[in-house]
Amino acid sequence: MPIDPKPEDLQPSDAAQVADVLAWAAAGKKTVELVGAGSKSALGRPVETDYRLHLSALEGVNLYEPEELVLRAGAATPLGQIQAMLAQQNQQLAFEPPDFGELYGHAREQTIGGVLAANLAGPRRIKAGAARDHFLGLEAVSGRGAAFKSGGRVVKNVTGYDLCKLMAGSFGTLAALTEVTVKVLPAPEKIRTVLLFGQDDRAAIAAMSQAACSPHEVSALAHLPKAIAARSAVGYVNGAGRAVTAVRVEGPAPSVAHRAEALRRLWGGKGNVEELHAHNSNTLWREVGNVASLLPDADAVIWKLSVTPSMGSEVMAAALVTGGAGYYDWAGGLLWLALPVGNDSGDGRGDGGAGLVRASLGGDGHATLMRGGVELRRRVDVFQPTAAPLAALSARIKASFDPHGILNPGRMHGAY
Amino acid sequence: MLMPKPEGEILAQRLGLLDDLRAIVPGEGVIADLTALRAYESDGLSAYRQVPMAVVLPERVDQVAAIMQLCDRRRIKVVPRGAGTSLSGGALPLEDGIILGLGKFNKILEIDYENRAVRVQPGVTNLGISQAVDGEGFYYAPDPSSQIACSIGGNVAENAGGVHCLKYGVTTNNLLGLEMVLLSGEIIRLGGKHLDSGGYDIMGLLTGSEGLLGVVTEITVRILKKPETARALLIGFPSSEQAGDCVGKVIGGGIIPGGMEMMDRAAIHASEEFCHAGYPLEAEALLIVELDGPAREVDHLIEQVGAIATACGSTSLRISETEAERTAFWAGRKAAFPAIGRISPDYMCMDGTIPRNRLPEVLKRMRELSEHHGLRVANVFHAGDGNLHPLILFDANAGELETAEEFGADILRLCVEVGGVLTGEHGVGVEKRDLMGEVFTEEDLAQQQRVKCAFDPNGRLNPGKVFPVLHRCAELGQMVVHQGQMPFPDLPRF
Repeated sequence: MPIDPKPEDLQPSDAAQVADVLAWAAAGKKTVELVGAGSKSALGRPVETDYRLHLSALEGVNLYEPEELVLRAGAATPLGQIQAMLAQQNQQLAFEPPDFGELYGHAREQTIGGVLAANLAGPRRIKAGAARDHFLGLEAVSGRGAAFKSGGRVVKNVTGYDLCKLMAGSFGTLAALTEVTVKVLPAPEKIRTVLLFGQDDRAAIAAMSQAACSPHEVSALAHLPKAIAARSAVGYVNGAGRAVTAVRVEGPAPSVAHRAEALRRLWGGKGNVEELHAHNSNTLWREVGNVASLLPDADAVIWKLSVTPSMGSEVMAAALVTGGAGYYDWAGGLLWLALPVGNDSGDGRGDGGAGLVRASLGGDGHATLMRGGVELRRRVDVFQPTAAPLAALSARIKASFDPHGILNPGRMHGAY
Repeated sequence: MLMPKPEGEILAQRLGLLDDLRAIVPGEGVIADLTALRAYESDGLSAYRQVPMAVVLPERVDQVAAIMQLCDRRRIKVVPRGAGTSLSGGALPLEDGIILGLGKFNKILEIDYENRAVRVQPGVTNLGISQAVDGEGFYYAPDPSSQIACSIGGNVAENAGGVHCLKYGVTTNNLLGLEMVLLSGEIIRLGGKHLDSGGYDIMGLLTGSEGLLGVVTEITVRILKKPETARALLIGFPSSEQAGDCVGKVIGGGIIPGGMEMMDRAAIHASEEFCHAGYPLEAEALLIVELDGPAREVDHLIEQVGAIATACGSTSLRISETEAERTAFWAGRKAAFPAIGRISPDYMCMDGTIPRNRLPEVLKRMRELSEHHGLRVANVFHAGDGNLHPLILFDANAGELETAEEFGADILRLCVEVGGVLTGEHGVGVEKRDLMGEVFTEEDLAQQQRVKCAFDPNGRLNPGKVFPVLHRCAELGQMVVHQGQMPFPDLPRF
C-alpha cells in the first residue's frame, strides 16, 4: 500500500461500494478521510477522521483514444501509468503536473484523481492552463453518499453546471472522485530553452513579460536568482555564477529553431544568452515544477504565492525581508519561497511566516503553505483566507455536496 | 415550452416594485411601458416570447446589488441579460420577473499589456475587447460567431466558444477574474490578474451557469499576442468518412490547427450559391483547416496537412497564398447561416457535440431522420472539437415548427447516444431544458440544483432555465437516512 494502512481503514472495491460506504457514513455522521495514494497528504490542513477510505481499487485506464485527445481512468490510477501510455502515442497531459514526492519526502506515486483534486499545474500553466482546464468529465460520490456525474468526454460541453471546475482544487472536501476524463494533447516534437544571465529580479520580470508578450508562443518562463540557479543539475545553469532567466519554446522542429533564435535576439541586448536542448531543458523545467531540489534547507517552510506577474519582484522582496530564498515561475506570477525553519519555531507559536508572506501580497493574489509541520498547518491558514461573503458561499457549496461535513473535514478551511 | 406558472402575488406587486426600482435607478433606467418592453421579449431564440414585468438597466455595481436585494426581499424573479444574442433562450423573460440588463456596463476599465490582461464591464462586446487591444497586436481568443454583438458577460454566462477554441480554449480557459453579485446583494470578487486562486473554483462554476447563480459585473480576461501569420487549406472529399478520417489523422499526427471546420454537401451548396467562395460543388464534405503561428511553422504544417488530406483521398485541395485568399476560404463558412436563411423561410440551429470519430454514423442517421421528419438539414461542424451545428430547414408559416423541434430533439438524443452532449456552446436555456434527462440522472440534476441553492436559496434567479423540474431547496436538501449496519460487512479492510 502506498500509505500506512490502519486496521479500521476501508477499501471499497468499486464505485458502488464507495457510494454505500459514504451513505452509511453520512447517515451516522462518521467523518471520512479520502486517500488515493496519499502522496499529498501533507498538503492542506491536517485532517482527523473516524475512518479512512482508500480509493486505490478505482484504478485503470478505461478509455484512451489518441485521435480524439481523450482519456478516461479510475480516479486512483497512478499518474505514471497514464503518462507512460500517453508517451507511447507522443501525447501528454499538457498542464505538466508536478511531482512533489521529493518536496514531501516520500516515493508515493500520485494518482490522476489526486492531481485533479489538488488542481496542480507545472511551468506550462501560462500557455496550456491548469489541471482544471483539462478536466472534462467525472463520476463521483458526494458526502450524501450519492453517485453523480458531470461533464463528459468531449472538450466542448456546456450541458449543465461545470462541476469538474468545482471539484478541481477541492481536495476531496466535496465528493470522492471515482472516475475522471481528461483532455490529452500532442507532445511537442522539439523543445528549446533560451537562458539569459545576470538579471536582477526586477529586470528579469520585465524580460519575462517581454517574452510573454511576443508572438513566439512561449510555453514556460522562470527566473532563478543566483543562489537558486547554483542548485540546478543543469551545467549551464549551476555554472553561470549569476541569476538565470529561462524561456521555453516547443513545437515542430523548424518552428522551434526559428522562435528560439527570435528569443535570443529579443533578449540578446540585455546580457549573455545561451540555449538548452531537449535533455537539459527537460531537467531544468522538471526542477522548476517539482520545486524541492531548487530550494535550500530540507526543513524549510515552503510557500507558493500566485500574484500579478509584474508585482512578482516586489512581493518576493517583501516576503524575504527576514531571510529565506525563492524563485519565480509562470512569468513572475508564481513565487516559490523557502523560509528558514525558525519561522516554525517548534514552540507552538510561530506562524511559519504566514503573516509576513500574506502582508507582502499587498491585497492581491494568494499564498498557500505548501510544506510545514502538522502543528503549523493546524495553526495557520494553509490556503489564502477570503472575504466573509466568499467564505460563507464556499461553506454553503460544501454543504450542498456534504451536508454533514463528513468528507476531509477542515482540509481547506475550518468550515470546509 | 412550459415556463414556471406566474405567481399572482408577485404580479400584484408591480406598481410598488416599479417605484422601488426607480428609487435605485432613476430616469430612463427603468422601463415599464409595454411598447418599450417588447424590445426585450425574446433573445436570439425568437420562437419564444414573453414581456417581462419591467426592465431595469443599472450603471453601477451598487445599483445591481440594491436591485438584487430588493428582488430577494420581494421574491421577484430576476432574468439577467447581456446583448440578448443567446440561441437557447437564456435571457427569455418571465411574466412575473424583471429583466436585469447589463447593457450600460459597457466600459473597458483597464488594459494591462505587461500582464496580458484586460478588465472590462460585462456589456462590452466580445469583439470590442479584441478591437481595443488590436493596435498593440493583441486579441482575445474566444470568438463566437456573434462576436460583433454578443457581450463578454453573456460569454461568461454561456461559456461561449468559437472556431479557434480547439487550440486556444473556450471562455472558461481565458478568464482571470470576475466580480459578481448574489441575489442577497453580496458582492463577491474572484481571481484577478493572478492564476488559480485557492479555494473552490467558483469562477469556473459561474462560467456557463447561464445566469442562474449570480450576476457578473466585472470580468478580467487574458489577451494573447496575435500569431505572426495564418494560412488555410480548403479540402474537398468524396465522403464525410474520408473528411472525418483526415481530421483524426491531423490531430493524431500531433497537429492542433487554429481552426478546423467541416461542411456537408447541403451547406457547401447553400454557401456557394450565396457568396461564390469557389467551394467544390462535387464534394460531399469540405474541410477548412487553418494553421496559425510563426510563418516557418505554418508553412511546415500546411505541407503536412496537405499530405494527410491527399492520403485520405481528397478530391480537391487549395492552399491560401495571400490573406485575401484565406479570408475568401472562410467567407462561405462564415456566411453559412444567412446562406441557409436564403433557401428556407426558417431554420433552427442545433448545437450538439459528439466524439469526432462517430461523425459518419451521426450524419448517416441524421439523413434518415431528415427523411422521417420530411425536413431538410444542412451541417456545419467545428470538426476539431466535435461540435456539430445541424441547421434544420422549415417553414413556421406552414406549421412546421413543431416537427422541426422534434427533429432537433432527435438529433440531440442521437448525439448523447454516441457519447456526446446536448450543447457544446449555445447553452441549455429553455431550448434544451426538457432534454436534460437524456444526459443526466435525477441525482445528477439534484446535485446541480443543490449547488444553485447555495447561491439562490429561494430560486429567484432565472428560474425555468436549464433544469426540467424545479424543486424547492429544502426538498433537495433532504437526506434519505438508512441507519444501522455498515454495508458490506465483508468490505476489504487491512
